[in-house]
Amino acid sequence: MKASVSAGVAGLLFALGLGLAGMTDPDKVLGFLDVAGAWDPSLAFVMGGALAVHAVARRFILRRKAPVLAASFPVLGKMQVDGRLVSGATLFGVGWGLAGYCPGPALTALGSGTRSALLFGVALWAGMGLFSLWERARQAAAARATVPVETLRARGG
Amino acid sequence: MVHPFVASLLGGALIGLSAALLLLLNGRIAGISGIAGGLFFPARGEAGWRLAFVGGLVAGGVLLAAFAPGVFGRGAVVSPALLVVAGLLVGFGTRLGNGCTSGHGVCGLARGSTRSLVATLTFMAAGALTVFVVRHVLGGVQ
Repeated sequence: MKASVSAGVAGLLFALGLGLAGMTDPDKVLGFLDVAGAWDPSLAFVMGGALAVHAVARRFILRRKAPVLAASFPVLGKMQVDGRLVSGATLFGVGWGLAGYCPGPALTALGSGTRSALLFGVALWAGMGLFSLWERARQAAAARATVPVETLRARGG
Repeated sequence: MVHPFVASLLGGALIGLSAALLLLLNGRIAGISGIAGGLFFPARGEAGWRLAFVGGLVAGGVLLAAFAPGVFGRGAVVSPALLVVAGLLVGFGTRLGNGCTSGHGVCGLARGSTRSLVATLTFMAAGALTVFVVRHVLGGVQ
């Protein structure tokens, strides 16, 4: 319960930060990405401000043995750069450059209730859902592929 | 009105603070695509905090729409078909690449992750290239 309240507060703060920063205005985002046109560099300051605060804060936070409301801090997963990372980031970048919304601002813009925000939001959730279905199908296929030969024979396969 | 650079810097600081709060209290990384995408087939005890965070984001959007509607600009001004394609690409791509602007661009870079640096440079470059093609090669497809 407490964990949901703190996550909700963090989400609210995040949205207000995005709004103040200018990230919720697709025109501004596209202006930042338009390096060959009338480039608007202001959004570089968003990342600068966020990085400065977070890089310092996390150093202090990680001195604790555990988070306040959870058993442990996250364990980092993959460390190596792979094809999935690069192709995923590329697909994301193309979509970002087409519409001017990345996931945080898109979910925040749902609160504005405008038609373009709702349409993008539905497609965003659909894209994430499609990925989850694809990933599950792949994992199921991989699990089938590693079934011992004896089991397959017993099944008549 | 404050200078746009200052507003962006302050907004960014607020985002960094929110990510710090989520790490300190919940022990979670504030990666929006990961938090939202994890709502599909969630493990036990994984749905509540994710829903709350996404709910907080949307609630923040409602507040902004009520008190500062200008922050949403004109919204996205592309055709509905292109908007759907873009949304699908952003949704699928951020899950495939394990993160978006927040997870890689803020949290990942803050801890000095090479994966996040590569991802951030890649989506920035792909975004810039897309805008270049749309605006300066095709001359602004709507």
